Amino acid sequence: MAQTGTDMVIRVRGLVTRFGTQTIHDGLDLDVRRGEVLGVVGGSGTGKSVLMKEILGLIRPAAGTIELLGQDTAHLSAREEMALKARTGVLFQDGALFSSMTVAENIMVPLKEHTDLPAGLIADIARIKITMSGLPPTAGAKYPSELSGGMRKRAGLARALALDPDILFLDEPTAGLDPIGAAAFDTLIRNLQRSLGLTVYMVTHDLDSLTTICDRIAVLVDRKVRAATLEEHLQDNHPWIREYFHGPRGRAARRAEG
Amino acid sequence: MAPQQAWLETAADEAAGQWTATAAGRWDLRGAGRMADTLERLGPERAGDAVRIDLSRLEALDTVGALLLSRLAGRLEARGHRVAVDPIRPEHAALFAAVQEADRAPPPVVPGPDHHIRAMVERLGRATVEALGEGRDLLNFLGLMTITFLRLARAPWRIRFRAVTFHIEQTGLNALPILGLLTFLIGVVLAFQGADQLRRFGADIYVVNLLGVSVLREIGTLMTAIIVAGRSGSAFTAQIGTMKVNQEVDAIATLGLDVMELLVVPRAVALMISLPLLCFFADMMGLLGGAVMSYFVLDITFGQFIKQLHAAVGANHFIVGIVKAPVFALTIALVGCYEGLKVSGSAESVGRLTTKAVVESIFLVIIIDALFSILFSFLQV
Repeated sequence: MAQTGTDMVIRVRGLVTRFGTQTIHDGLDLDVRRGEVLGVVGGSGTGKSVLMKEILGLIRPAAGTIELLGQDTAHLSAREEMALKARTGVLFQDGALFSSMTVAENIMVPLKEHTDLPAGLIADIARIKITMSGLPPTAGAKYPSELSGGMRKRAGLARALALDPDILFLDEPTAGLDPIGAAAFDTLIRNLQRSLGLTVYMVTHDLDSLTTICDRIAVLVDRKVRAATLEEHLQDNHPWIREYFHGPRGRAARRAEG
Repeated sequence: MAPQQAWLETAADEAAGQWTATAAGRWDLRGAGRMADTLERLGPERAGDAVRIDLSRLEALDTVGALLLSRLAGRLEARGHRVAVDPIRPEHAALFAAVQEADRAPPPVVPGPDHHIRAMVERLGRATVEALGEGRDLLNFLGLMTITFLRLARAPWRIRFRAVTFHIEQTGLNALPILGLLTFLIGVVLAFQGADQLRRFGADIYVVNLLGVSVLREIGTLMTAIIVAGRSGSAFTAQIGTMKVNQEVDAIATLGLDVMELLVVPRAVALMISLPLLCFFADMMGLLGGAVMSYFVLDITFGQFIKQLHAAVGANHFIVGIVKAPVFALTIALVGCYEGLKVSGSAESVGRLTTKAVVESIFLVIIIDALFSILFSFLQV
């Protein structure tokens, strides 16, 4: 990955988001470094999902700049935008799989759209992604409605990884999974991140995920972001952050981690 | 963007019995894809040579590249060569191993395609059985609804009157503009077409008979039923279906409430009240449309129109039309609610079943209309 000189894959500066009269973000700055797993947390209504959608270009902010892989997302030609989309993968909360297609067909959609690989090779890649996401090979021929919630998430992850993106966005990946499934999903993300050299941007509420797989944690408070390692956050005196990491659940998660 | 290419250099060392393939460049989605064909044919010329695949000069490697290279290694191994992938950069080793591991999983067994005529017959059979099952389930649902009705007849205060009035407004009052416009236009068209034919025989005035009988007996009721099926039958399915997806229907059941009583009966009662009223409205608008057209095309004044209508068209025609309305209403509500409750899981099934409800209820309405025709011809009304 030598051609991009910068080490920041996401660079947000002076971001302002407003809905009507309500200001969600006010002068927010955020950096995401190449190869790290960043967890994004915050109370309800602090705009975690909105921030992710703004970085992905699904919502336009009121002010501020967002650079994704060194490119300003506000000033892109349609072609550059498509090329950039191919380098990001997104896992939505419930997978957001196309319900009219099988899992394998879902994974093949971006491959057919963005590459000119032969059909046989595309099918093979889909099969490999299915296996790498920890799904049984038989899952490829199934429709999303025939899968359990956890399997749908894995299938969504396989589709997000279809093009071997540089950045993987995850929206509450472990929400709705049982603790064993959630832990397995954490491990899966960690392993894929290592083997594929991914940068992971993860919106989550799962304190276990935060302590086990995140390199840094970005906390949305007071319409801004405070990104730091877990140890640094533990020293922070901001009331919400204290409450979050020192509350009973936060303590339990850290104890479990040792 | 920089040129993105992948290439492979091969070298054979005959003395050492060694064949080396060195991959270089960017072995990723863009670069490696066009190497697929080349790699198929690649290999040492002499059997028994040891093979070394050198990946140390790779600039980039992704799943596609790793897959192609691991396939090459696998294919040469199967041909009896000793294969070593070495050296490989540490950042690529993990991916290469993961892909190799994933590729080794056995491909799922896909059942071969059936003979197409056999498959067609099978599909036909399945569809028939499904249609019959659907009919049986609808009858079941009708039975369930009847039982609920009877239970409520003994305890009428349990009927949700607020819900009933709400649905009368939704299905009746709000349907007036569209229904009025459409039936008015149909009256216009009927009068125009009838006038064209009847004028040849100098029987202009009989256009009133034609209009009166066809609108009152058939068209008013049928149009109303079809429009309501499209408007309200589909709405019932969509409303109940969405509640089913949100698990609201389950919540109703766990709160000790009766789904039939709460969701189905108010809708059915409301529709059975509003459809006859709509039907009357449609009759009037249809006749009005006919009268307007008759005035302009045939110079039949409104006074003449009403006199002729009074003389030629008995009340029996109107009654025959209006009697069918509650039956159609019950059919539409039955199908709409039944399909809504059949929604399971995804939002996609809401859309599918809504379409199905409309098609099914219009189909049933027309079948029942035909049955009524036979019945009335026996009764000679």
